[in-house]
Amino acid sequence: MSMFRRDGGYCVARFSADETRVLRQVASEVIALLTDGYDRDDPVVGRLFPDVYRDDPVDSAEFRRYTEGDLKTAKIDQAGAVLAALPSSGGTEVRLDAEAAEAWLRALNDVRLALGIRLDVRDDTDLEQEIDDAVLRDPTSARVGQLSLYAYLGYLQESLLDALIG
Amino acid sequence: MASPRVVPVETPDIEETPEQDRPWVTVVWNDPVNLMTYVTWVFQKLFGYSKEKAEALMLDVHHKGKAIVSSGTRERMEGDASRLHAYGLWATVDKS
Repeated sequence: MSMFRRDGGYCVARFSADETRVLRQVASEVIALLTDGYDRDDPVVGRLFPDVYRDDPVDSAEFRRYTEGDLKTAKIDQAGAVLAALPSSGGTEVRLDAEAAEAWLRALNDVRLALGIRLDVRDDTDLEQEIDDAVLRDPTSARVGQLSLYAYLGYLQESLLDALIG
Repeated sequence: MASPRVVPVETPDIEETPEQDRPWVTVVWNDPVNLMTYVTWVFQKLFGYSKEKAEALMLDVHHKGKAIVSSGTRERMEGDASRLHAYGLWATVDKS
């Protein structure tokens, strides 16, 4: 499991071919969600673009009309920064300057938010327990893979933040 | 002769704002996904808060379910909430 470390002014990680493929896949899925697959009724979209007024859908919609385009573009760009640093096949060493590291942090966060909604992660969710339970039910299930991916991305994001701010 | 005056280093933003436009706040809500260290970093980065203040706010979000992270005009609070959304935090604007 690859993690980021600090090397001079850069945050550096070496990813295997499998890790590279998975990271490309999740970044692409976020981009798809924000472009062709965009659906306001999708709970993931609801979480990535929350109502700015909790009890006022009308004012929230009005605000969204002016801001959603920019926010969407920013999120697509940060997922694009992940893709830009990864080759389409094979493993790689990724070297991120501070700006790219911040884009990666935000992008990894979006991916984790999306996965968290899909997996129904809650405050009292014990991730290891969830994974154990899912493995017991069916070790080959998609849920096992998704939960492991979610856990991995959390470690990766944490390591990148550590590498960035020391 | 005027007595010596201490010039404030920083002028608080609130002085420029009419009273009736002030009582707006940006609230950040707890969510089960965002890492505690990440939330602290975002508060430091977006608001220039010290690590101590950012951490205290993060812990409020975590334990109390929400925290007020900034206050001011409605327009500025909407801007703050929007910037927080760009970092994936769940932020709303409310009257204080």
